[in-house]
Amino acid sequence: MILSKQKPLEEILEYLKGENSVFLLGCNGCAQASGTGGPEQVAEMKIKLEEAGKKVTGGTVIDFLCDKALIRSRLNTRIKEIEAADAILVMTCGVGIQAVAASLNKICYPACDTMSLGGIRGEWTGIERCKECGECMLAYTGGICPLTACSKGLLNGQCGGASKGKCEVYPEKECGWELIYKRLKAVNRLDILDKIVTPKNYNKMVPEAKTLLTSRFVLENTDPKPEKAAEEAK
Amino acid sequence: MTLRSAIENKEFIITCEVGPVKGTNIEEIEESCEVLKGKVTAANITDQQSSAMRLGSLVTSHLAKERGIDPIYQVTCRDRNRIALQSDLLSASVLGIENVLALTGDLPSLGDHPHAKPVFDLDSVGLLGAIETLNSGFDMAGNELNGKTNFFPGAVVNPGADTEASYEMQIRKMEKKIRAGAKFIQTQAIYDVDLFDRFMKRVAGFGVPVLAGVIPLKSVGMARYMNKSVAGVFVPEDLIQKLKNSEDKTAMGIQIAADLIKGLKDLCQGVHIMAIGWEKKVPQIIEASGLNK
Repeated sequence: MILSKQKPLEEILEYLKGENSVFLLGCNGCAQASGTGGPEQVAEMKIKLEEAGKKVTGGTVIDFLCDKALIRSRLNTRIKEIEAADAILVMTCGVGIQAVAASLNKICYPACDTMSLGGIRGEWTGIERCKECGECMLAYTGGICPLTACSKGLLNGQCGGASKGKCEVYPEKECGWELIYKRLKAVNRLDILDKIVTPKNYNKMVPEAKTLLTSRFVLENTDPKPEKAAEEAK
Repeated sequence: MTLRSAIENKEFIITCEVGPVKGTNIEEIEESCEVLKGKVTAANITDQQSSAMRLGSLVTSHLAKERGIDPIYQVTCRDRNRIALQSDLLSASVLGIENVLALTGDLPSLGDHPHAKPVFDLDSVGLLGAIETLNSGFDMAGNELNGKTNFFPGAVVNPGADTEASYEMQIRKMEKKIRAGAKFIQTQAIYDVDLFDRFMKRVAGFGVPVLAGVIPLKSVGMARYMNKSVAGVFVPEDLIQKLKNSEDKTAMGIQIAADLIKGLKDLCQGVHIMAIGWEKKVPQIIEASGLNK
């Protein structure tokens, strides 16, 4: 299961500073199990954002937000609410956020940090990848991960090595920052590129013990461990 | 005269490169310094360029300084995390090195140790931020330093980026680098004066001196190699033919570089001559371009 953790509200509000209205998206898969983006959390987030003066045009929870086909088919009936919003707040792992950003022509912001993919990537079949960095950067890049899309994992823009839009290191690969530029241009938000992104906190790559206490983690640990059983048998 | 004072006095700047050696024999560095002394404002000391393992840029900067050259200590984020980068910067400061060129660096897979683990804890913008922090008397974690640094930081840009996205990203990143503290900008090699003119008009309001990059053409093969493999570098066919048809290729290479400098010098605040093996010919190029110091 993919573990995520909700970002502090202040951080989310900082992303949404220039946005008046928001559409909320949650996921009935791992995000619900993580307690970060299920129906309850989406309802709570709606209240919190409204208290902070934002207009919430709508919100919904999809079974697997990592599946682009599901996103497109399930959101067909919500197009008006989505169009009415300045931005979309995605309350899932980095895979879900990238899937939504790739599917909707609207700026997407992450509400969660991804702690661990637990060896799976959901229903995701695309080329985008989440690095489980615990400090989601997708707000600054139009929903394309700079750590996985850029060979050097650069946070502040392209290096001087791209040639005809391809990476210098892997010429068959698109330059990640070329893609980020095009995405932000398409959603008319090139201004986001002007932010100086400060160095990452790599300590966040190691999940805290309490974030591992998810339903699956608990299930996996319900049976007494062998050493514990041996101790009890004494 | 240092790079900082020359820039503050609005002089025309001439910089070049001194590449550290592979090994411990520093004769070549000593000879290059001897030839370049008094001819250039400052010399970039490259940090294991193209990810090829060599003598360090910190020690070589120190050697250059001892030999009368103001070094521009190149620092990449390829091999060091923020602890090592800050520590090396403190060391450089103690050795009296002032100019630092902050670079992201190439990936190791392009160099002679392709199996090495890439670091990239910081990027060039983050490194400039770290330098500014050290200059203010603190480290990146906010701890106060016992004795602060006094660096004059610079950065690079590639004006020849070949797609709309790349070009715009280069300009936006250059602007970010200046906001993060860069006091001068050196460019990738330019062979098209008109392209550079358009670039300079675009960055006219940025307010820091730009030193136009010049790589002398040593051979037709080198020109073709750069066109094929070096991003953002484009040598026009007429220059290649000029070199091909000349009898004395060295003299023609020097002449082409000098002509480029003549075309570029009125558009910007200086030139950066990357001689790549022709370090000792830099004074001839400067003389042929009429830029004697």
